[in-house]
Amino acid sequence: MIAGRANNAIYVHALNGAAARQGLYRGQPLANARAMIQNLQIVPADEKADEDLLEKIADWCDRFTPLVAVDQQGLLLDVTGVAHLFGGEDKMLPFVREKIRAQGFAVQTAIAGSCLTAHALARHADGMIAPPGEDARVLSPLPVTALDCGEEILRAFRRAGLKTVGQVAARGRAELASRFGGAFVTRLDVMLGAEEKPLTPRRPLPDFRAEQRFAEPVITQEVITASLHALALSLKGMLEQGGQGLRLLEAFFFRADGKVERIAVKTGAPLRDADVMLRLLSERLDALADPLDPGFGFDVIRLEASLTEKNQISTVSFDDHDNARWQIAFLVDHLAARFGEHRVQRFVAQDTHIPEAQSVALPAQERDFDGTWVRRRKETDPPLRPLRLLEKPEEIRVPATGVPEDAPKRFHWRRAQFDVARVEGPERIAMEWWKKEKLTRDYFRVETRDGQRFWLYRDGLYRETGLHPRWYLQGIFA
Amino acid sequence: MNKHEKLADLRHFLRRYGLPHNRPAVPLGLAEADAVLDGGIKRGALHEVFAEDWGAGGFAACLAIRAMGRKPLFWIRTDYAALEYGALSATGFLELGGDPKNLLLLRAPNVEEALSAAADILACPHLGAVMLELEGHAHALDLAASRRLGLIAEESGVPLFLLREGADSRPSAATTRWQVKSLGSRAEDDDWGAPRFLAQLTRHRLGGSGEWIMEWNPQDGIFRQETAYPGAVAATSSHRPAEASFRRA
Repeated sequence: MIAGRANNAIYVHALNGAAARQGLYRGQPLANARAMIQNLQIVPADEKADEDLLEKIADWCDRFTPLVAVDQQGLLLDVTGVAHLFGGEDKMLPFVREKIRAQGFAVQTAIAGSCLTAHALARHADGMIAPPGEDARVLSPLPVTALDCGEEILRAFRRAGLKTVGQVAARGRAELASRFGGAFVTRLDVMLGAEEKPLTPRRPLPDFRAEQRFAEPVITQEVITASLHALALSLKGMLEQGGQGLRLLEAFFFRADGKVERIAVKTGAPLRDADVMLRLLSERLDALADPLDPGFGFDVIRLEASLTEKNQISTVSFDDHDNARWQIAFLVDHLAARFGEHRVQRFVAQDTHIPEAQSVALPAQERDFDGTWVRRRKETDPPLRPLRLLEKPEEIRVPATGVPEDAPKRFHWRRAQFDVARVEGPERIAMEWWKKEKLTRDYFRVETRDGQRFWLYRDGLYRETGLHPRWYLQGIFA
Repeated sequence: MNKHEKLADLRHFLRRYGLPHNRPAVPLGLAEADAVLDGGIKRGALHEVFAEDWGAGGFAACLAIRAMGRKPLFWIRTDYAALEYGALSATGFLELGGDPKNLLLLRAPNVEEALSAAADILACPHLGAVMLELEGHAHALDLAASRRLGLIAEESGVPLFLLREGADSRPSAATTRWQVKSLGSRAEDDDWGAPRFLAQLTRHRLGGSGEWIMEWNPQDGIFRQETAYPGAVAATSSHRPAEASFRRA
């Protein structure tokens, strides 16, 4: 028996069959339950863990259909069009039930024409498969609690003497609407088969999929690689028919014992070539921190292609420039597969005067690059901006003497003392004024006596900071 | 053996035993240095630059800008180098004369990964240059590793610049090796002048060495011969705090 907390009281969250037979019920205060039965085994409720578990089961149910949604304490699977793969609906239902039961869960299942009906049937008529179009007939004998409509409406039904769904359905819609609201009537109609309420799947549907099911779960690397190769070829065929290439390739490995592993690879340019797909997947698999563990074996392997685009090149281009670009793009893709896409970067100009934000390094696979850099330097000037910028400006110690407005004559940084020989500046750069801690900075380009050139700034104007301003070193010039 | 076979054999022999592919070297802009280097910086070769202080790394950047031309430059560095010596700034690169649109970056987690990535990147012949920035002693970069990189560079024709910061020089298979210090502006300038470096060529595969004061011209992207003057040269190493803090870093 699981005890949960609500409104500062402990109540019964869930109970097993034995407890239910003894007369306990969900929502009962724990004290009462304890009084009724002496030796009660109580486990505290952990709703987060329950949710996570449900999500894992949902992941695993992906093998049946990609349209899976979490529905309160259960799952909704849209099996339109896939039931034939399992031998028809009447074979699929027991199959799914057995598979889940084999993992140790108690499960009730049902198939119906709409989500709400299936939801109701699963809870009140376990194992029922509603033939197409006969949802209303199947629902009729169920008690009104199957409508899942809330305490108030249930009480109203009881007072009115309506005990089954069939009796409610027989009432006129206008009178139901006036007493219980239009929303209820809509739900009722959907359940009886009038309209369809589509399911919101957990993951967006891929553009193309290819999967392979194994009668016996596979463990060896060769078979897995061969399977991936075959699936990649099959995806290539599908992509070719549409003249498209993929930019996101996902591989799913469904283990026989319930775990699902997912590998994803992104590319910068649309891809169709099966060998390249396989190579990218291998790079990603090799780069995994924990290698892929088949456990007792994978019984389904699936490849999904998403973010497809029209693929420009289908033949080798004679244009050198294009060739170079594609080759470099592939190089970037391989590096991104190996190291992670955030480690392979390109600079993008930003329209801001704040130095650290002026150039942003973005993953090189993102392609909408625009923006031009403005060179500050005039023809004969030396560089006005440092080649290297410290990611976090480091504070430097400045002796207290000297006019606070000017650059220091001497400063201490990283355990060494520097004497300043030449100074250029100040260049005043105001930070975002709406961020109170960010003061205006006066930047100075200083050259030390031994030839180093640094970019320093004073944090705050003289009148704000008084006699003890803070100085920072932000950049190193060539 | 007929003529064709002889020719093929000869080509194979030449390729194997050291005569490089016929690629034009990139002149640095200093007549004297270019003469010693036999034309300039060789493409398809390994060039090692040991930076002795904070600003000297820019010398390697200037070499890369010279070598890359219009083609992309791939800059590889480790996470540690980025934190310690500063992240690369696109505006700074632009100011120095490079084109940030042609800059690709890889941040490798450590030296070994950086080396293995460099091997793959160097093999792409469409790049203008590759810069590998390694901090500290980088034990993974031994003679065998540098020789392998040199072979890959020779095959693809892409020059590799190895920027070593805070490291002592060790034997490697580099074609040229430089020890660089930053010099400030010229003594007679009141304001900042162009970036200047004291670059010492300590090793050259085909012989020769020298030390030159090289001034970088950001406008034209080339080094400039410094007009000789008996002005102040950088202080001797024992009293250069910049070096002290650089090494200890």
